[in-house]
Amino acid sequence: MSQKREMIRSSLLSRRALLLAGGKLALLGTVVGRLYYLQVVDAGRYQVMADENRISIRLLAPPRGRILDRFGVALASNKPTYRAELVPDQSGDIDATLDAVNRLVPLSDTERRRVLRDIRIKHGFVPVVLKENMNWDEMSRIEVNTLELAGVSVEQGLIRDYPFSDKVSHVVGYVAAVTEQDLDGDDPLLELPDFRIGKNGIEKAFDIELRGTAGTSQVEVNAYGQVVRELAREDGMAGQDVVLGLDMTLQDLAQQRCSAEGSSACILIDLWTGEILALVSTPGYDPEAFAEGLSTAEWQKLVSDPLNPLSDKTVSGVYAPGSTFKPLVAMAALDAGLITPDTEFNCPGQFTIGNAVFHCWKKGGHGTLSLHRAIRESCDVFFYNVADRCGIDRIAAMANRFGLGVDLGIEIPGERKGLIPTTDWKYATTGVKWQRGDTISCGIGQGYVSVTPLQLGAYVARMATGRLVLPRLVRAQGVMATDADAATRMNPDFAAMGIDERHFDAIRDGMRGVVNEEHGTGYHARILVPGMEMAGKTGTAQVRHISEEERLHGLRKITDVPWKERDHALFIAFAPVGAPRYACAVVVEHGGVSAGEGGAVAAPIARDLLLAAQQRDPVHHVPEPPPGVPGRVAER
Amino acid sequence: MAHSFDYTRARLGIAEKCVNLNWGLVLLLGAVAAIGIAMLYSAANGSWQPWAEKQAVRFAVAALIMFGAALVDLRTWLRMAYGFYAAVALLLIAVEVRGAVGMGAQRWIDLGVIQIQPSELMKVAAMMALARYFNSVTVEEIGRPHRLVVPALLILGPAVLVLKQPDLGTALMLVLSGAAMFFLAGVRVWQFGLVVAAGLSCLPVAWHFLRDYQKNRIYTFLDPENDPLGAGYHSLQSKIAIGSGGIDGKGFLMGTQSHLNFLPERQTDFIFTMLAEEWGLIGGLVLLGLYLLIVAYGYAIAFRSRNHFGRLLALGITTNLFLYVFINTAMVMGLIPVVGVPLPLISYGGTAMLTVMFGFGLLMSVYIHRDVRIGRFGDSDE
Repeated sequence: MSQKREMIRSSLLSRRALLLAGGKLALLGTVVGRLYYLQVVDAGRYQVMADENRISIRLLAPPRGRILDRFGVALASNKPTYRAELVPDQSGDIDATLDAVNRLVPLSDTERRRVLRDIRIKHGFVPVVLKENMNWDEMSRIEVNTLELAGVSVEQGLIRDYPFSDKVSHVVGYVAAVTEQDLDGDDPLLELPDFRIGKNGIEKAFDIELRGTAGTSQVEVNAYGQVVRELAREDGMAGQDVVLGLDMTLQDLAQQRCSAEGSSACILIDLWTGEILALVSTPGYDPEAFAEGLSTAEWQKLVSDPLNPLSDKTVSGVYAPGSTFKPLVAMAALDAGLITPDTEFNCPGQFTIGNAVFHCWKKGGHGTLSLHRAIRESCDVFFYNVADRCGIDRIAAMANRFGLGVDLGIEIPGERKGLIPTTDWKYATTGVKWQRGDTISCGIGQGYVSVTPLQLGAYVARMATGRLVLPRLVRAQGVMATDADAATRMNPDFAAMGIDERHFDAIRDGMRGVVNEEHGTGYHARILVPGMEMAGKTGTAQVRHISEEERLHGLRKITDVPWKERDHALFIAFAPVGAPRYACAVVVEHGGVSAGEGGAVAAPIARDLLLAAQQRDPVHHVPEPPPGVPGRVAER
Repeated sequence: MAHSFDYTRARLGIAEKCVNLNWGLVLLLGAVAAIGIAMLYSAANGSWQPWAEKQAVRFAVAALIMFGAALVDLRTWLRMAYGFYAAVALLLIAVEVRGAVGMGAQRWIDLGVIQIQPSELMKVAAMMALARYFNSVTVEEIGRPHRLVVPALLILGPAVLVLKQPDLGTALMLVLSGAAMFFLAGVRVWQFGLVVAAGLSCLPVAWHFLRDYQKNRIYTFLDPENDPLGAGYHSLQSKIAIGSGGIDGKGFLMGTQSHLNFLPERQTDFIFTMLAEEWGLIGGLVLLGLYLLIVAYGYAIAFRSRNHFGRLLALGITTNLFLYVFINTAMVMGLIPVVGVPLPLISYGGTAMLTVMFGFGLLMSVYIHRDVRIGRFGDSDE
């Protein structure tokens, strides 16, 4: 019985054991099937996912191209910057580490709070920036002590270097962090957190050339995003250098002379090539501050500065040309055949149309005079007559031919056109017909007329050469290596203006008189080095109207007039007189002495620049003047 | 194999026992353990430290325990079954109490030399207790439901305790291997249906017991792409690792997923993933094949045994091993939720190794004492 029961139990167990074994085989089959599915059917998909996991493509920022002057002096380049980072996981006692760092490189309370906040919100293996923009000294102090600074490391990057700082800031411009609006292109570089792009000047205009193309580095990363090793690397293309026609020595001189006068602008042009040798707007700013990132307070200070350092006055500043406009008026009349160099007008000190009276700057007048004296002594009444005879539209057309009131297409952003009025223009904008009196004001560069210093430069360059000289910042031929590189003749692209050369000669002779003849308004600023003499024209631009009371009681002394109300002083010039090679235009804001001729501050700047330019000229090398001669400029 | 001894004899000599040890099984176990040690060497990026060396030592110690257990008379094991079960249950309660008093969940007891996880030991102890219980019950008695109360408690008691630890994997294994034992013992199929139905109706209650992270694992299992960087991360990364291994694998020490830390717990629960990544489908099939051979060996021993206790015990232990392997591999392949069951003889861990090897010792004891007659109450004659 028991035997039988045991048999039954045994066979039941066997049956069930076999059933169970079958179940197990089925389950195992499922596992094997799944393994096959994962590793054979879907293997490709998972291999891609595994690679996506481990391979990360990092963008390598190419070094930004440099901006060089004509001799290869770097106006903008890159310098290494050092950044201390802390990996919280690798630093046992964060506070102790921060204290230790603080002893080597001072950390402000704000910085420390930021570091602690970053540590709180980030993963422990993500590096937190302790200090940015460290110099070599600070970097070395950290680096030497890394053994005691657990988790602290120094990372190297590149930051834009502007060795001449505010001396050439408006031309070079600056780079700054990428903002939302800049993200329109598809260059992935723009999304790099530390990337900087050109925001002004050449940096902006040639940003694409300077930027270069991104390289890539394929790295293997672990699950925490830490780089394990580099798998492949494709170096990008470094940005191209941009070579300017500037001569940093001349630029430096111009900047010194201009900044001494406060708010001013100046341009120096090589007439043969059109290359701008110096382009200065003062005061400047420190472009490095933008690259590093400006604080709100620093930005406010720049924006609210009455001298307007952020504005490039050479291309964006518009000024009434004042008497510097007179040669242009003369040219319009000569070309139209309305006057000859010998046409005489009488200057009794004032000019009357109907009941409007226009005064000459010289009380009592110049008497009877012709073109040469009129330019030399800047007689207002003479040009009232010429302008009246000529009419505004002829003057405007001529002004445009000389680059005034037109877009010259300079490479840097911010260029303004100024204004050369015409009868149509006035009617279209004001609805009032052009008045004869309007032309009279324009005849001496007042009234509606306004121009930029760049345009003044083009105007005097064309006046000096009779050709359509076009001022340019970028030097197409690259760095000037040898004397052979230097221009030996006028750029044939600059077409002749098609104006009778005798007219030019008459006006140039008047301008020679301005500086080199005793009664000339710029006589005090003449160049005494034989063969280097300059010709020029002074100008004063009225900032406010002269009241009747002042007319009656005499003008206030210059020191009594608030700076903002003082007249602008202007000067245009070229040299050497016989065979012009360089041209210069200077505007000193509120530098006018009085309603009288304001060449007093502007002309000496032009003199110094033109003299220095000639003395540096590699082709027309003229021996240095003996010491003690006024007007000599010390070479730097 | 020589059957020179008389199987009516109650006692066997030690020499006879040694001759009858299952050397083939030992070879299989050694092969699996060797693979495990190699994987641990790889898991440490090609180093014996901190896992491979310790695991090798543990395997040696566990092998000694296995041989010891094999040489002990099967009837002694039968007699000790309830006592052993009670001792392990006490340890389990002790862990639970200390876990409640102390901070957080601690699953092990530190004996100084070795840390013991009572829940692991319980897997073997429960098999022993059930084998003894069902050995004592006749076929007719099995049909009576009240006879099933005690064995049900033997399983569910520790299962609930383990679930509270919380260790879903061990609880699952206890319940499943318990069910297998019930099935083998001859419980009526309709009763089974009843229990399954009751079990299903208890699911909401069990759900209540689950911790949030366990619930998340189940949600994740149901919808793995739902949160690839959160709860689904482990499962997804494991699948990526296995799948990217392909047919022939990435090569020893070359697994990118495991060595770059995308794979969690690569030395314990997810070690099969690493093997499949580095050695591919071929490596995975070889290992599964070895396990299949071991299971087949267990079945062979069970069928050779002439006593009910031995057969039940052998099948219970074999089923236990199978469940370890199935749950672990199915889990890393995303077939079932991540429940935390180690891969026997491969995963790093002392207690699991000890438990598994002890179980194989019992299996060998069943083989050695296959012809011994064991009565319903452990006596040699009916």
